[in-house]
Amino acid sequence: MYKPLREEIVSVLVLNQANVLTRVVSMFGRRGFNIDSLTVSPTADPSLSRITIVFSATEQSMQQIITQTEKLEVVKEVVVLSRENSIYRELVLMRIECGLDKLTTLKAIVETFRGKIVDLSRDGIVVELTGTPHKINGFLDAISEYSITHMTRTGITAIEGINDDKGEQE
Amino acid sequence: MAEVLLEHGVDVVFGYPGGTALNIYDELYKYSDRITHILTADEQGASFAADGYARATGKTGVVFSTSGPGATNLVTGIATANLDSIPMVAITANVPDALIGKDAFQEVSITGVTLPITKHNFFVNRIENLADALRSAFQIANSGRKGPVLVDITKDVTADTIDFEHADPLPLRAMPEISKDDIQAAARMINVAEKPVMYIGGGVVSSRASDLVVKLAEKADIPVCHTLMAAGVIGYDHELNLGLVGMHGSVASNRAIDQADLIIAIGARFSDRVALNPERWGRKAKILQIDVDKSEINKNVLVDRYCVGDARDFLSRAIDLVEETRHEEWHQRVVGWKLKVRSTRTTEWPLTPYDIMTILCDTAPSDSIYVTDVGQHQMWAAQYLKHRSAKQFITSGGLGTMGYGYGAAIGAQCGNPGNRVIHITGDGSFQMNLNEVVTAETYDLPIITVIMNNGVLGMVYQWQTLFYDKRYSNTVMGRKINYQKVAEGFNIKGYRAKTPEEFQEAIDKALADNCPVWIECVISQEERVLPMIPGGKTVDDMIIN
Repeated sequence: MYKPLREEIVSVLVLNQANVLTRVVSMFGRRGFNIDSLTVSPTADPSLSRITIVFSATEQSMQQIITQTEKLEVVKEVVVLSRENSIYRELVLMRIECGLDKLTTLKAIVETFRGKIVDLSRDGIVVELTGTPHKINGFLDAISEYSITHMTRTGITAIEGINDDKGEQE
Repeated sequence: MAEVLLEHGVDVVFGYPGGTALNIYDELYKYSDRITHILTADEQGASFAADGYARATGKTGVVFSTSGPGATNLVTGIATANLDSIPMVAITANVPDALIGKDAFQEVSITGVTLPITKHNFFVNRIENLADALRSAFQIANSGRKGPVLVDITKDVTADTIDFEHADPLPLRAMPEISKDDIQAAARMINVAEKPVMYIGGGVVSSRASDLVVKLAEKADIPVCHTLMAAGVIGYDHELNLGLVGMHGSVASNRAIDQADLIIAIGARFSDRVALNPERWGRKAKILQIDVDKSEINKNVLVDRYCVGDARDFLSRAIDLVEETRHEEWHQRVVGWKLKVRSTRTTEWPLTPYDIMTILCDTAPSDSIYVTDVGQHQMWAAQYLKHRSAKQFITSGGLGTMGYGYGAAIGAQCGNPGNRVIHITGDGSFQMNLNEVVTAETYDLPIITVIMNNGVLGMVYQWQTLFYDKRYSNTVMGRKINYQKVAEGFNIKGYRAKTPEEFQEAIDKALADNCPVWIECVISQEERVLPMIPGGKTVDDMIIN
């Protein structure tokens, strides 16, 4: 029976202790769940960390992923973040080759996407851009004529919105 | 550490000493009047013994080992306990904290190794954390769905001292609560069913709910089929007991699942050895699943309704809401399948597996505990033993660990000195861990080992016969072992039987001997475990004779 895959984001609150990331990630690997992106960071409470995981799943495998994650001793809470009611962001840093002649145009594109030029040389620039993956992909499209020599993306981090009806702003 | 063990009522532990465990063993020496340490032949045997002890007593099995190879030898035992949800605390020593990560002598990151096969594990490198880690280990091992927990302790911690304050064991975590609505809805499903069947697994044993399964079955006239882990929950002679379900299950069980309009699954995980074809399994039925572990819901087979909680809690509340009823037509059909007994003889050989199991049950005391290894003999034991209670049948179900039996029998005997323990094994499984006889001999454990010797690795041989065109790759062993002589060398007794009469005589003598005994039973290599549904197939593909 064909079941469509859906990209899901879960936020996992875990104890901030040695090996905690290994425990979560190895469970995903062992049960054959694929991780598309992953971020880990401390929370306001120093005893806890938050792991944000993006993966693709069917509804049935989604339930498996959540319930298996909840079973881990180090996991305090698993929250599924819906596209509608959460705010999610990704940060990207990239080096773009660009002679001085084309800099003005590139700068305009960067500004349109509210990016920042954080380093500059005769041969190119380093751009920092934050936003939804959708926006970042849009930026990459817009600069497709330029050559990106290095790029690093952090993967998505996300948080539940305060108001149910507000949701994603960008 | 010893004090925390005593807090949890631990009086028997299994293990093997070594360099990094010296401080621990020095303490065990001082506590030897209160904690009995059983020294096994190797750490794997100790881990199986702790598991067998837990299954036979319902208590937590505790096993000790040194670092490195000692710890890695525990791995198969821990994985066995994990797949059968058996409460176990494994305590391993490690190298001093200053040497961790330096590839020191006998250093292994056993917490890393056992990450996927434990409920949780702890690495203790500060003495302040030791008592808490051990207490948590017992709590985690026994809360909700049970399982093994490992505590790895660096040598410097075991050399250190600290002021110790006694504490009560941590309370078990509350089971998930089943709502009143869910119980009512479940009862309604049972009340409207015309062709119900219960499918019960190890969860029923773990929650000590056997009596309630029988009560529900009798009240609402529901036939019961069981997994390997739940043999004995309902007595062998109960009319509603259809027997084992799945690959080597009975015709009645597998037909009932196929034809039922309601399957009540309690503490069972629809494994690939039961729901061989998950899409078609129970194809006409609504499925009601009760499990303490939420992640088991819809994992292998999609269900129509579920309750997450303790089996005993569910049954005790649901029984009151279930109407007393009879399903005449269904009952007659199902029991009819059961009565069509197939032949228990597949060869002309004088001694059959059926003879062995029957003579055993008719001769040994009724409270005997049967422990198996893994393979054909295990399936024959599940099919033919006259199961009376779940605690009397101990077997490695989920992991299917050959070599499990002798160690587990030692654990079962240590936990139940008053009961006879009968270890049923095949020649293949037996040769994996027969070294554990030294433990039985040293501690005067009168375990009777019944070796069903067919000279082949029978289960694999059977598959090669049926599905690999008789290409017997590495299953015909041709080992010429004189088991009686080997037994003599180990200072125990050995008998050999080639006919039912000889086996009867041997078992009579063995029961009277009251010391470790091996009985070699010579059976045909052509014996089959039947019925059989090949992997991925359905009841329509069942091989019966």
